[in-house]
Amino acid sequence: MHKCERCASPATVHITEILSEGKFEEHHICEPCYPKYVHDAQNKGDGKPFGTGSPELEEALVGQQECPSCGLKFVDFRNKHRLGCPNDYQVFQTDLRPLLENIHGETRHVGKTPRRLPKIKKEEARLAECRQKLKRAIEREDYEEAAHLRDQIKTLEEA
Amino acid sequence: MNLDNLTSTSGEWLRANGPEADIVISSRIRLARNLSTYPFTNRASAHQKAEIEAKLRGYIEKLDFNPRLEYLNLSTVVPLDRQLLVERQLISRELANSEGPRGVGVAPNEIISILVNEEDHIRLQVIRSGFALDDAWQDADQLDDKLEERAPYAFSEEFGYLTACPTNVGTGLRASVMLHLPALVLSKHIEKVFRALQKINLAVRGLYGEGSRASGDFYQISNQVTLGKSETQIISEIRDVIPQIITYERQARQDMLRDNRHAILDRCSRAFGTLKSASMMTSEETMDLLSWVRLGVNLGLVDQITIGELNELFIHTQPAHLQKVLGKQLDSEERNSERSRFLRARLREIENQMN
Repeated sequence: MHKCERCASPATVHITEILSEGKFEEHHICEPCYPKYVHDAQNKGDGKPFGTGSPELEEALVGQQECPSCGLKFVDFRNKHRLGCPNDYQVFQTDLRPLLENIHGETRHVGKTPRRLPKIKKEEARLAECRQKLKRAIEREDYEEAAHLRDQIKTLEEA
Repeated sequence: MNLDNLTSTSGEWLRANGPEADIVISSRIRLARNLSTYPFTNRASAHQKAEIEAKLRGYIEKLDFNPRLEYLNLSTVVPLDRQLLVERQLISRELANSEGPRGVGVAPNEIISILVNEEDHIRLQVIRSGFALDDAWQDADQLDDKLEERAPYAFSEEFGYLTACPTNVGTGLRASVMLHLPALVLSKHIEKVFRALQKINLAVRGLYGEGSRASGDFYQISNQVTLGKSETQIISEIRDVIPQIITYERQARQDMLRDNRHAILDRCSRAFGTLKSASMMTSEETMDLLSWVRLGVNLGLVDQITIGELNELFIHTQPAHLQKVLGKQLDSEERNSERSRFLRARLREIENQMN
């Protein structure tokens, strides 16, 4: 039986933290110490002790994912009950669907549609695509491409 | 639009010439819309809000619609005049009290108003006299199409018209009917009606919308669900339930007449008498007494005044209207004295016209 690495009581929580390149770390903690462990681990350099490997998913898990258009995080919405821009409906759709179901009992629009819809749809699809590309360009630090995409988005938004 | 003349006129929807106007004051349709290329108002910078306002002002002024809308830049309108527009139901309290670039396009007959930079970039509303939701919807729908020819709306096929608050998303439609229900209040059947309405997801509010008290026995009934139902479906759900409420109210009125005719006649006459002779009158008492007189007219117990004239008095005795008539700010005691003076003068005028 392992002892808690923090207080020497019998450990009841066993954690295997997977690090890079096949390395891993084992932690053994008792229940009273566990909340402290989680708190410390989250404040550690990498900040993500229970990583899922996908930054988007992790961000979403803690409500920190940001809308690339308006910068709103889902926690901001939770606090203020107002969304920041039309794009938020797409960015936070997984979080919004259960909420809409709660409010309206439905999640799909069945009413009126703008007459200009076909044209708008094409433009919006292009805009969304550019935003995605921009995000990826920033992630791989390709700033030349990012600047180009940013200009393209601006032109599309103004159109 | 000359705001100084507003106090001598009243909106067309107040004139009680619509269907069932003895009980239904007005029917209202509101559509929430946003421009696709800007953040919602709460997250827009001052610069962006100014851009949105300038664009929408241009669209509204060029709108090919009869009647033509006049645009008011609300950031240059003084607080008293903004309050006046709230009392006339042309703008929301929220828009009146917010800051920054914002405005409203108003039809001279006050049936239509388009609010700019409220919670959503665009709040389009149509108010009709009496029970006339379908007429109001037709106007709103057409106006929406005209506006959309110029304004690129934020819309998604999945979620519909996108709004700052998810409670409005989808159709962006709020359909509401304002009812005068004094007999249901008096007979205490009103609670039962509310419970039944809440069960079918309809909201009940007071005269000035969200959070306001139901003074003067006025109640606003509106839909809560905006997503997953078509506009006509939402409207028909309200339209179908209103006739039942009207029937209940009429029944309650007949019961009152049958069981307590003398007491009711006495209450109505006293209310009318007090309005004609008191020298201090709070807003609350005025609403209460006007409600009694309105009931009296509808029961055939009072005949010296029309429903349209009474509807107008409910609005014209509100604080901003009184202060506008006098042309100065009044504290609440001065208002109470001015309110009674106004009522005495106006009621005398109406009596003279009748004779």
